This record gives sequence, structure tokens and C-alpha cells, in this order.
Amino acid sequence: MVVDQVTDAEVDRLFRALADATRRDIVRRVLVAEHSVSELARDYPMSVTAVQKHVAVLEEAGLVTKRRHGREQRVAGRPAALRRAQQLLDAYEQLWRHRIDRMTDVLAENDRGGTA
Amino acid sequence: MSVTSVRKDPEQLTMTVTAEYDVPADRVWQLWADPRQLERWWGPPTYPATVDKHDLTVGGQVSYSMTGPEGDQARGWWKVLEAEPPRRLLFEDGFADETGAPNPDMPTMVMRVEISDRPGGVTMTMSTRFPSLEAMEQLLGMGMEEGLQQAMGQIDALLAADPAELTPR
Repeated sequence: MVVDQVTDAEVDRLFRALADATRRDIVRRVLVAEHSVSELARDYPMSVTAVQKHVAVLEEAGLVTKRRHGREQRVAGRPAALRRAQQLLDAYEQLWRHRIDRMTDVLAENDRGGTA
Repeated sequence: MSVTSVRKDPEQLTMTVTAEYDVPADRVWQLWADPRQLERWWGPPTYPATVDKHDLTVGGQVSYSMTGPEGDQARGWWKVLEAEPPRRLLFEDGFADETGAPNPDMPTMVMRVEISDRPGGVTMTMSTRFPSLEAMEQLLGMGMEEGLQQAMGQIDALLAADPAELTPR
């Protein structure tokens, strides 16, 4: 089985996410322990909203996950192994989407009295 | 005639794809049970599959090869664990050596196919379970570009870099 590589867009997202020092710092901290957005915001010279935006970029890149706990948003780091598993599953999903497209073609040809 | 849901669980290393087809179950089953149909969708157009052994009864084996654009060949096999035409198929899927014998150095994955009726057609659910992340890497990472793998490795280095450049803290 040969799977297409992770898309360039995905790599771009990852590097863009990590190109910012605050975001790298957030990743480091939440890999050690889960933090709420307001706890994180306390340590940076910026608004909670700005920190939320940083967290959203990291979440988009698959580096952190967010969950709601009461009135708080808790942020946790995603260990490298989980990220890698997710990437491989994404590639595997593409493989199956292509297979299902081809299945559809085979069924359609058969309907028209073609091969098989 | 389309994918209706994809569930991926990176902790359990499973993926389940659901697709709907507007044809009867027997017809969809033939995609798996007829080796000539199977070889038309299993491999990508650049690596078409040729099925040379095909027995979908419990304990039976399927053996196939896929030939790449450079004439390179990859061989694989299935071992049928459960079969209930036209509803259910459970098999182990692995790589083979050039003679078609299972390659003991490569991990295998287990795949389950279920075909159930719905109004106007069927729903086909296909689930794959990988034994470990390392196995998954071996099974799926084969086509991964080297440059990209290096890039992924750099991320950890980037995260380990000193946070000094971030002044206010």
C-alpha cells in the first residue's frame, strides 16, 4: 500500500503555527500540563482574546486540543505520537476516499452493462 | 454513491469509513467477491492490482500484486477471518514477499466490512484497526517523502528551542 504524503498545506499550517514565539511557548506549557486560556493569558502582555486566537491557530495545526470545563476553556498539548497517528490516519482516509471513488466507477460501469 | 462519514481515532488507531450506494447488497458484495472487480479499485491507477488467488471463505486467502510505473512490484495478502455474504467480511491484510508468502517482518492490519440495507440501497461500513503506531508507520509511511519526514522531525527541535526570545513572562 502506498499512501500519498501529508499535504503541503498541512505542513504549512504546522510551521506557520510554530513560527510565533508566544505560540511555541504555549505549546511547551500545555504539553507539560493542561492550562485554561485565562491562565495562559496571565503570562503574556496581551488580551485573553489575543491568546485565544493563538490557541485557535495551534488547534488548527493539530498541536493542541481544547475542551470546555465549566466556564473555562482548557488547552492541552497533543503529544507527537498522537499528532503522527492523526497524520497517518488522514493519509489513510485519502487512500480510502480514492478507493470508494473507484468502487463507484466500477458500479456505474456495471449498471451500463460494461465490464465485470 | 458517496462517503457519508469518516471517524478517525488516533488513540485507538482506528478508522471507520461509511459510504452509501444506491444498489443492492449483492451488487456491492461483488466489489469484494469478484477478483476482476476488486483489482479495479484496490490499487491506485499508478499501482494497478492483479489478484492471483481469491478465496473469500473463512480461512481462505487472497493474494495480489500491485505494479508501479517503473515496473516495481508490491505484493499483499488477505487472510479471511469471517465471511457472511453479502453482509460481512473480516480479514487480516498484510504484505507479502516476491513469492506471495506473507512477509513476517511487516505488520498487518485488520479490516472489517459491513453492508447493511437502507431505503434505496445499502450502507457499507469499513473499519481498519492498526496494531501500533510503529506498525502504522511501516504500513502507511512507506510513500512518505523523505523531506517531509525531516520537516516533521524539525518540529520537535523547534519546540525544544530556548524560549529566551520571548521576553515578557
